[in-house]
Amino acid sequence: MKRISMLILMGALAFALSSCSSHKPTSVSRSSSSKLATLLGAGSTFGYPLYSKMFQAYYKKHGLKVNYEPIGSGGGQRQLFNKTVDFGASDVYLTSAQMKRTHDAILNMPTCMGAVAMTYNLPGKLEIRFTPQILAGIFLGTIKKWNAPAIEKADPGVHLPDLPIMTVHRTDGSGDTGIFTSYLSKVSSAWKKKVGHGLAVSWPNGLGAKGNAGVAGLIEKTPGSIGYITLIYALQNKMSYGMVMNAHKKFIKPTLKSISLAGNVKLPPDTRILVTNSKVAGAYPISGFTWLLFYKEQNYNGRTKQRAKELVELLWWMIHHGQKFTKPMDYAPLPPKVVKLDEKILKSVTYNGKPLL
Amino acid sequence: MRSDTFFRLLLFLSGVFLLILLSAIFITLCLSSLPSLRSFGLFFVIGRSWNPISKKFGACPFLIGTFLTSTAALLISLPFSLSISILLGEYLNNRFFSAVFKSVIELLAGIPSVIYGFWGLFVLVPIVRWVELKIHAAPYGVGLLAASLVLSIMIIPYSAFLSIEILKLVPPEIKEAAYSLGATRYEVVKFVALPYSYSGIFGGVLLAFGRALGETMAVTMVIGNSDFLPKSFLSPGNTIASVIANEFTEAAGRLHLSSLIELGLILFVLTAVTNILGDFVVKRMSFQGS
Repeated sequence: MKRISMLILMGALAFALSSCSSHKPTSVSRSSSSKLATLLGAGSTFGYPLYSKMFQAYYKKHGLKVNYEPIGSGGGQRQLFNKTVDFGASDVYLTSAQMKRTHDAILNMPTCMGAVAMTYNLPGKLEIRFTPQILAGIFLGTIKKWNAPAIEKADPGVHLPDLPIMTVHRTDGSGDTGIFTSYLSKVSSAWKKKVGHGLAVSWPNGLGAKGNAGVAGLIEKTPGSIGYITLIYALQNKMSYGMVMNAHKKFIKPTLKSISLAGNVKLPPDTRILVTNSKVAGAYPISGFTWLLFYKEQNYNGRTKQRAKELVELLWWMIHHGQKFTKPMDYAPLPPKVVKLDEKILKSVTYNGKPLL
Repeated sequence: MRSDTFFRLLLFLSGVFLLILLSAIFITLCLSSLPSLRSFGLFFVIGRSWNPISKKFGACPFLIGTFLTSTAALLISLPFSLSISILLGEYLNNRFFSAVFKSVIELLAGIPSVIYGFWGLFVLVPIVRWVELKIHAAPYGVGLLAASLVLSIMIIPYSAFLSIEILKLVPPEIKEAAYSLGATRYEVVKFVALPYSYSGIFGGVLLAFGRALGETMAVTMVIGNSDFLPKSFLSPGNTIASVIANEFTEAAGRLHLSSLIELGLILFVLTAVTNILGDFVVKRMSFQGS
């Protein structure tokens, strides 16, 4: 009896399997004719606190609601490709290969700057000075102890403990990883060859944790550990972080000023550049932009002109008035040069081929 | 009469709906993992590099991590769950303590896994690190051992409950016969109750194993999340579930995403097989019993 019922079950399962044919994803189209629509955005968790503050202020002033979901840079890119959002947010620009994935031109527009701080867990309040060689050595696993000669040489007078170094990295693809590995690739050929750079890489050693919070938690609990964390997170949680030697051989502390300085370089018109290891004097070398991504031609998926115009106006506001929200929230504002570039980018946005601004 | 047929139809439809749901999940997983299946084939399960940059995805370290932590968790939890079930089934029948114990186990089963994770991170990991320092191992704290310990505590309620139910199925006549021959409680447990329930307990163990395989949150918090083949039981590692939890939200590349979904497919199949097997063994046992 048992066996028979088992057979029936199996049969039903097979039937269900065969009858359920493949299903296509339904394309999401929106038609918003009402005056005050809700714009949709998704992506970067790094920019989330700033964006939500900006959108809140914008709503109070202009009555436009923006629904932003902090699903991460990778997710933001994906949503933009699927055309389910009006804009995506990403801590890295789209690579040329990614841009080719769709026939429609996508624009990358920086909104603010951030940096990665090197945080560690050592006895006492030590301020460690890192040279590029030290950082690459530590994360490649060639420098194994805190009192290694290379570190002692860069930090004369600092009492370095005889502790094994344990590296902590992000396991989720993240802009912080993108910035940090881009920096390491620029300063160390060994790193470039062995690991490379990207939102997620194959780490040569160490522990992984999810998100800034995960990395911070693991570092706090593991003596002798070192990791990279968004500066904002390190500041707000009063973690100790080190100085990093920049391209001018000066040890620089990450501050809003030294981060903004890093972006003060000659940018390509499409802003797709990593400003790590910036050549500007006084710049903190592990800094970078965070971008908003959107389509150049806004008439897609049946979007109204109204909606497109509201989006462009919002973006315009973000790079001008919106910038005043950056400093109080520990984000570095865009250098004036970059704002000029952003303006040009926004003026190139079209609806049916006609510029919106 | 009509309401009766209607009710029957309703029940039948809800049952079919569940079947369709299950197969839909399975089909979705299969379809979405096609790109990765095509690119890597068998390399996916034997490959050791998980590299989003060179776009090579081999999940061998995760499969091994999953298998190691789940098996170790089972081995650690088995003595405890077995003693609890013997205590409740044979020694503490119909007493106040029995009720207390049972509700404690129920409570253990009801604690959200993230809380186990926190507890593991704040209590267990420092202890493991302390031990590692004492034996001069790398003091990671987090790693396979910590994950197995947390997992074992999480699955104790499941295997204990099943074992209790299975021990209940031992026909009282046999036990009474043994007692009448002058057997002590210990002897009854050892020579009558346990041998009678072996296969059932094994089924329960399989079900608990199925649960351990897929446990995500708590494991992710204490396993160290490193993508290498674990060198020892103290080294950090990764399980299928923890990799998915870590990387799914931010996976940008199509192949990366597809590989993560293929991991999900593997986990789905593994869990389904252990569950069906465990269920089958337990059912056969209870069938014999009744």
